[in-house]
This record gives sequence, C-alpha cells and structure tokens, in this order.
Amino acid sequence: MEILSLRSRRPLESSFEYVEGWGMAVGQHARVLRPRSVEEILQCFALARAAGSTLTLRGGGNSYGDASCPARDMVLDISRMDRVLGFDAHTGVATLEPGVTIEKLWKTILPLGFWPRVVSGTMFPTVAGALAANIHGKNNFAVGTIGDACLEFDLVLPSGEVRTCSRERNADLFHAAIGGFGMLGCFSRIVLKTKRVHSGNVRVRGESTRDLREMMQYFEAHKATSDYLVGWVDCFPGGDASGRGLIHDAHNLHEGEDPAPERSLTVAHQELPANILGLFPKSQVWRILKLFNHDVGMRTINAAKYVAGRLEGMGEPYLQSHAGFSFLLDYVPNWKWAYGRERAERGLIQYQPFVPDAVAHEVHSEILARCRRAGQVPYLGVFKRHRTDPFWLTHAVDGWSFALDFKVDPARRAELWKLCDELTELVISAGGRFYFAKDLVVAAEDTARFLPEDKLAAFARLKRECDPETLIEGRLYRRAFRDWIAA
Amino acid sequence: MGAALVEQLASEGVRVVAIARRKDALDELAKRCHGTVIPLAHDVHDFEAVPTLFERCVRELGGLDLFVYATGIMTEVGANEFDTRKDLDMLAVNVGGCVAWTNEAAKLFRTQRSGTIVGISSIAGERGRKGNPVYGTTKAALNHFLEALRNRLADYDVHVCTIKPGFVETAMLAQARAQGRSIKGAITAQAAARSILAAARARRNEVFVPFKWTLVAAVIRNIPSFLFKGMNI
Repeated sequence: MEILSLRSRRPLESSFEYVEGWGMAVGQHARVLRPRSVEEILQCFALARAAGSTLTLRGGGNSYGDASCPARDMVLDISRMDRVLGFDAHTGVATLEPGVTIEKLWKTILPLGFWPRVVSGTMFPTVAGALAANIHGKNNFAVGTIGDACLEFDLVLPSGEVRTCSRERNADLFHAAIGGFGMLGCFSRIVLKTKRVHSGNVRVRGESTRDLREMMQYFEAHKATSDYLVGWVDCFPGGDASGRGLIHDAHNLHEGEDPAPERSLTVAHQELPANILGLFPKSQVWRILKLFNHDVGMRTINAAKYVAGRLEGMGEPYLQSHAGFSFLLDYVPNWKWAYGRERAERGLIQYQPFVPDAVAHEVHSEILARCRRAGQVPYLGVFKRHRTDPFWLTHAVDGWSFALDFKVDPARRAELWKLCDELTELVISAGGRFYFAKDLVVAAEDTARFLPEDKLAAFARLKRECDPETLIEGRLYRRAFRDWIAA
Repeated sequence: MGAALVEQLASEGVRVVAIARRKDALDELAKRCHGTVIPLAHDVHDFEAVPTLFERCVRELGGLDLFVYATGIMTEVGANEFDTRKDLDMLAVNVGGCVAWTNEAAKLFRTQRSGTIVGISSIAGERGRKGNPVYGTTKAALNHFLEALRNRLADYDVHVCTIKPGFVETAMLAQARAQGRSIKGAITAQAAARSILAAARARRNEVFVPFKWTLVAAVIRNIPSFLFKGMNI
C-alpha cells in the first residue's frame, strides 16, 4: 500500500517561489531548481531548454540588486551542493562544492587555525556566488578579491562540458568566470586558499574622523601595515562635517600574542549573540529599526553613532572575534526589513561607485553633496580602499569605493534612479567603475563605458562560445550585458 | 464547502482557481460564477502532480494571496470495523493532500512575505470519539500541522487560519444523514463560507464555524477520559 509514500527516486528539488534581490527592490515569481550534483545541474539545463526558457544562476541571493534575479521563469539555486570536499590543514587549501557558504567554510576551518582570505560583510553568500561576483572584504587593499584567493574551479557549461580552469589551464575562462556573475556556466567545484591565523580574535582600533579627507589620510598612512580597514560615514551633515565618520582598523594577532588560542579558535567563541542584553531577541530588532527608518530618524541614529565613534576613538584598541569583526551585516537578522517589506513600499538599493585614487576625494565629496541637494541622503555609507585585480569584469580600481544605502520610496523611485544616473555619469567620467553584486541602476551603455573594451569583447566571445543558445541569462544580463554581447 | 467559498469569492470579483476531482461539477461551478473562476481537475491522491499544478494556478491568476484547502472525506466506518485501507485513504486525502498543497503555498508565501493559508479542519478533531477514529485523527493532525505552519510563517507576515466547522450542509453531511444519523441545526455552506472568509481576513488563528461550537468544544475538551469512555458522543 503506497498511498502515503512517495517511493520514486528523489527527484530534482524544485519549488515555485518569489525570487528577489537582497534589497527587495526587484523580484518576481519563478521555478527554483536546487540541484545536488553535476548530473542534476545538467538536468536543470535540460529542463530550461525543454521548456523554451532560460536559467538564472543563484547562490545565497545576497546581491542587493538583480545579479541573481530571473529574466524569465527558471532559477538554478546552487545552495544544496554544500559539501566541503576537502581541506588540507598544512597548506590551508579548501576544496568545496559551490553551494558551501562562507559561514560553513569559516566554521569548518577556524578550529584548525585558518580563516578565509576574503569574506563579505555577511556570512551567508555561497562560494559560487562570491566567486561569480568576485567579492572583496575590508582587506581588499591588501589581499585583493576572492578571485585572487582562488586556485582552481570546475565550470559546467550549458553544452554539458565540464571545464577545469586555473591560471594555467583555460586561463581565459578562469579570468572571465570569476566576476562573470554566472553568465558563462555553473561552478561545480571550487578550490580556495585560506590563511593561517594564530587567534580567533583580531585587534581592533577605532579612529574617529572629522571629514572624508581625514579618513583617506588615515587609510593611506596605515594601509601598508593594517590587515583590515573600513570606514563608516555619516552622510547627513554638510559643510565642514561632510564625510565625518569612524574607521575600524584591525590586525591579525601574531603567534604567541593570544595566550589561549585553543579557546578563541572555536566556533562557540565566534558566535554572534542571539539576544541583546541577554533578553531582547535579535530577530525582532528590525521592528525597532523600522521606527527610525526615515530621514529624521536616520539622521539621529547616524549622529548618535558618530558621537559613540568619537568616544570609541579615544579608547584603547580592543579584541574582537573574526566573525564579530567581519560580519557586521549579520548582527541584526533581516535588518533590511526595516526598509519596509511590503511590495508597495519596500526595499533599498546600494549604490557603490569605485573611483581611482587621484580623483576619489573630489568625486566622492561631490556625490555626497549631490545626494544631500537632491534630498536623497543615504542611510548608511561605507568607505573602503581597493586595488586592481586581473579579472575581466572586475569592479576594483586602485582607489576608493563608497557604498551608499538608499531607501527606495515608491513615490520617489524615479527620482532616485535619476539621481543615480547623474552620479553614474560623474563616476564614469572620472574613470570609475561599478560592482554588480550591489548595482541595480547602471545601464548597458554605461557598462560598455566603464569596462575595458578589449575585455568586454573577449567576454562576449567567450559567452557566445560557452553558451551559444543563451540558455543562461538573468535580469542583470539583460540590463547591462545583452546589448553589447549580441552586437 | 469549497464550492461555496469559490462562489463567495467570485461574487466579490476575486479571481479564483477551483480545483476538484470532478470536471463536470467544476465546469458547472465555473459557469455559475460567470467566468471569474478557472476550473482545474485534479485528484489529491496525485501528490507528485501538485508542484506543477500549483505553479500553473499562480501563473494563471498572476499571483496568489489566499490558499484554501477544503478537501476532506469521511468514509463510513462501522462500529467494530478496523479497515486499514479505508483509514489510510482518509489520511491521504485529508492530511496528505493538505500537506502536499499547503507546502507549495507555504514556499511561495514565505518568499513573497505575504499570503493567507486556510485549512478546513473540523470539530471532530477535538477529541478521539468512538465513531470514525481516523476521520477525527486526520482533523487533529490538520490542527497540529496548521498551527505549526502558522508559527513557522509568522515572521514572514504569512497567516495560517484553522477553520473548525461544526455541522454545515454539505455532501458530507448528506452522506451522514443517508447513513441514518440525525443531524439538526446545520448552517448552510454559504453562511459557513462567509464566516470562513471573514475569519481569514481578520487573521484569526483558530475559528469554530458557527460560533456556538466554540462553547461545545470547550465542554467536550474538558470531559475527563474515564467519563468520555462511556459516553456516546
């Protein structure tokens, strides 16, 4: 009697869902396929082909904009392929299935005395998504992007061919697929270098800065010696206080500095607390933030944070766990819901221009001024230093990025997009670039202006070779790439 | 009851997909509703067809705000009858089908952070009575399942409403009468449908329909087992 049982072999996991960008400002219904093996990845390609549809590749879904949003109606979500295939505790080389998250990676290797070379501000991205976006961390100026930490990967092409790529083998595909936002094929195995750490803590120093110039001077003075540098900016005040903020400058501990590394190098030591003051559940904190999610409230919170930062800057350096220092975005679960989670009002976009060093101060100051003039002040501003890398579509420049979180108010959405268009013009004229893990606003003609022409042409050739029927596409592909790839 | 809900929604101008086993009855229902209802024939035993059908429903409607599982069978079970096949079939239709369909709705509603799920349980799920043990079991199972789902989805603004009807004039009641049971005081399916939709819209958690069964249930739930054993309720 099989009335209550489903006896057939477990089929490819599939469900019909609402798929959106992390910032919630873009999304639609789609069939989401969750393969568990290379064979099932091939099955996904076959299903999309048979349905006359296309497939959008998706990792943890943590890109703010449309990088993993479907163009048609099918999504390949890689998150079920999440086994750690191997880790060499002598060399620190990790071999991973593509759906392993940064969380799983650090929790696996930290007790062995290692930490990922590059992590994002949240631990929930998959390594496939991280590699496809070529993510960077607060140490971009020192160690480059996650692509720089990648030794090798396997890429499944829509034809069914699996290509192993490294700096020596299929080097073109290696440099194109990293930062290629899943437009060429699907990662099925990723080999990453990780770094030895001698403690589960980093030493952090807070430095309060009165304006953008002061912040940049501090970065420049310390970038040769610091392991991590990140600046928070209060975007509200103008005039002399424009760009005031707080720098966090962190160093890894040397061997012997931590008297009891066996205690700090544990997952338990790293865990972010589940309650605030031991009582208030963090899962509900977004509801409180929501009360402040307007210009007056955010001006107040930013000002309070600046004052707290001035006090912190006067204090001594302190120890903080790697997870506590790295994953600031995970402190308040689903904090994005403070921006409204109903489809009519919700969402935020992050606009993050990367500007070359020589003109960075001038351009970023002008961006802040224009936001204030337009009455669209970012509720959060984060400043970072970057260096170049060899990946074809990279966002990185030898310069500075300014990540700006804008609330999407449906009534002012068009106005916000117009402001971003003006800022984009400013940035591109200054030789700047954009990062598609964040972006939702840059148009195809702008992509072709800020990315090098030879790299774009080479990428288009590879796309046509790897995916001649354009089986893989997403909303990002349609918005920013399709026009010139087809051309 | 499902048909009455469909008619009620259609009369308010809501676009509805009506899913049932019998195509002819569905077509007739759709005709009565003047084109705002899309009929879809499906046997709830066919669990594997559910994901595809669910997607089709949502696509045809252009979105989904409300999902109601109103399917239930009460097979006649004699006083001393213990028939596993009959019992498992009730479990399959009343519980299995509800889980299969509601899981699909839950996945969609959780990701879109909106939507309401309504499950039609029964007063019969309150206690393990002598008559038809497994029918009562299926309804108790629904109560538990829907409550768990409600708690699981609460953080995503998705609401799950458990409806516990008493006597409502439906095919099931007619069938019970045909078996010789005397049932009085039943409300019409139309009245029940209005109460159900009102409860769902008010985001009520568990609602007896009509209200008087709230009191009956409160009494029945509190009869101690040693007495309940001897009673013919």
